[in-house]
Amino acid sequence: MKRRQFLKLAAAGATLSAAGCATMSPAKARVVVIGAGFGGATAAKYIRMWDQGIEVTLVERSPFFISCPISNLVLGGSKTIDDIRRGYGGLEKYGVRLVGDEATAIDTAKRSVKLGGGTELPYDRLIVSPGIDFLFGELPGYDAAAKAGRVLHAWKAGTQTLLLRQQLEAMPDGGVYVLSIPLAPYRCPPGPYERACQVASYFKKAKPRSKVLVVDANPDVTSKAGLFKKAWAELYPGIIEYRGNAKAVDVDFKTMTVKLELDEVKGDVLNVVPPHRAGDIAAKTGLITTNNRWCNVDWRTMESTAVPGVHVLGDSTLSAPAMPKSGHMANQHGKVAAAAIVELLNSRAPNPNPVLTNTCYSFVSDTDVIHVASVHQWSEKDKTVTPVPGSGGVSAARSQQEGIYGWSWAQNIWADMLS
Amino acid sequence: MNRLLIAAALAAAPLAATAQDSPAARSLAATCAACHGTDGRSATKEVIGLAGLPKEHIVSQMKAFKDGTRPATVMHQLAKGYTDQQIELLAAYFAAQR
Repeated sequence: MKRRQFLKLAAAGATLSAAGCATMSPAKARVVVIGAGFGGATAAKYIRMWDQGIEVTLVERSPFFISCPISNLVLGGSKTIDDIRRGYGGLEKYGVRLVGDEATAIDTAKRSVKLGGGTELPYDRLIVSPGIDFLFGELPGYDAAAKAGRVLHAWKAGTQTLLLRQQLEAMPDGGVYVLSIPLAPYRCPPGPYERACQVASYFKKAKPRSKVLVVDANPDVTSKAGLFKKAWAELYPGIIEYRGNAKAVDVDFKTMTVKLELDEVKGDVLNVVPPHRAGDIAAKTGLITTNNRWCNVDWRTMESTAVPGVHVLGDSTLSAPAMPKSGHMANQHGKVAAAAIVELLNSRAPNPNPVLTNTCYSFVSDTDVIHVASVHQWSEKDKTVTPVPGSGGVSAARSQQEGIYGWSWAQNIWADMLS
Repeated sequence: MNRLLIAAALAAAPLAATAQDSPAARSLAATCAACHGTDGRSATKEVIGLAGLPKEHIVSQMKAFKDGTRPATVMHQLAKGYTDQQIELLAAYFAAQR
């Protein structure tokens, strides 16, 4: 009875589904999912697809989904923010209960999630898929520069994406756009290099005397290096300058300077992506296990190695060997977790051999695309998932054919998680 | 209606039913869904759906991707990540979808 009352409370002010006759009979177990991104939304949908006897409540503070993949094309100008925005309503037909609120605390002993609105959501199994939060403090001047509106990360798609596009549009021809990349691991390894292409593509058309200056904390391009460098040289000659081993340590917005360890660079638009770690709620809950940044999991179930009953997905995880922090991987994490949780809540053993795939498409122009792909399987020897020898790889060359596949990928993965 | 028909078809073919119902098979098939759609129902015309394709067809194409006889942009790299037994399982799962 208590639970039903609480669900009514949770429903208030949120788009909540009353559909689905399965919800009329008492649920055998309750799963709460925090975060409706590539990991969390996928897990919520797939649990309900595979076992309608499990009650799934999905907590998300944003009223709609905005995709990080493809968001660089909004900067380049060939897509709009509406092209990368989707609603959560499609999940209702699976009987997922959507709660528009923010998870502020988790009592892992009591197995209960507290929401900003005061509601408490008890759970039998919890999924935490919060994405990343930034370590702004590693660049002492960042906060002041951000408050002044003079530095953006645009590494979570949405308002920052639009603001960065506005700054690029307002920049005079002949200006310099600085893109600073943190040390790996960071969200979306090829993302910064795709962004350099997209901004260069816009400059080439709209303000051809302008420059893209990439300062990368890593020694070299971390993903698809050969393909990106070829695209930069052939499509944007003289526009993109790349510097490796160039770690940003501070930002001074009064002089529009990014300070590097040994040097400094000035720009008209500063796009500094700070280092990041697992999302705040994961940090607060004691799920971080490694380098004060990432959450280790058992890859057969995605269950935290630190807190029983809690499964961590997506960019917050301590990545398995050669596994990128990508939306595609988070989608696959969601399915491994969903499968394991369905088995565990039915008192059966979870699949001992999970398989995960990844395909990351990068748009080096409006039309031409390159990919990196991998397949990961459980290794009993290593007790983790590892890339299958001989599988995976990158594009032979950039192509328009892969441009078509890249845009199709986006539409299919958004549908796979949300509709 | 469709579900009933599938259920009837599966009851008549116990081997297919085993493959289609197994959590291992549906999880393997789910690894394809990010590009080919949930349960193999693609949301686009540009990438084919796998739902309802004959099992033998999916198996033969995956083998052709694996050994290089069917050229591809990415599938030759992904197909090599699956064992022949896993390909049989996921192909049976997609064949049973309508």
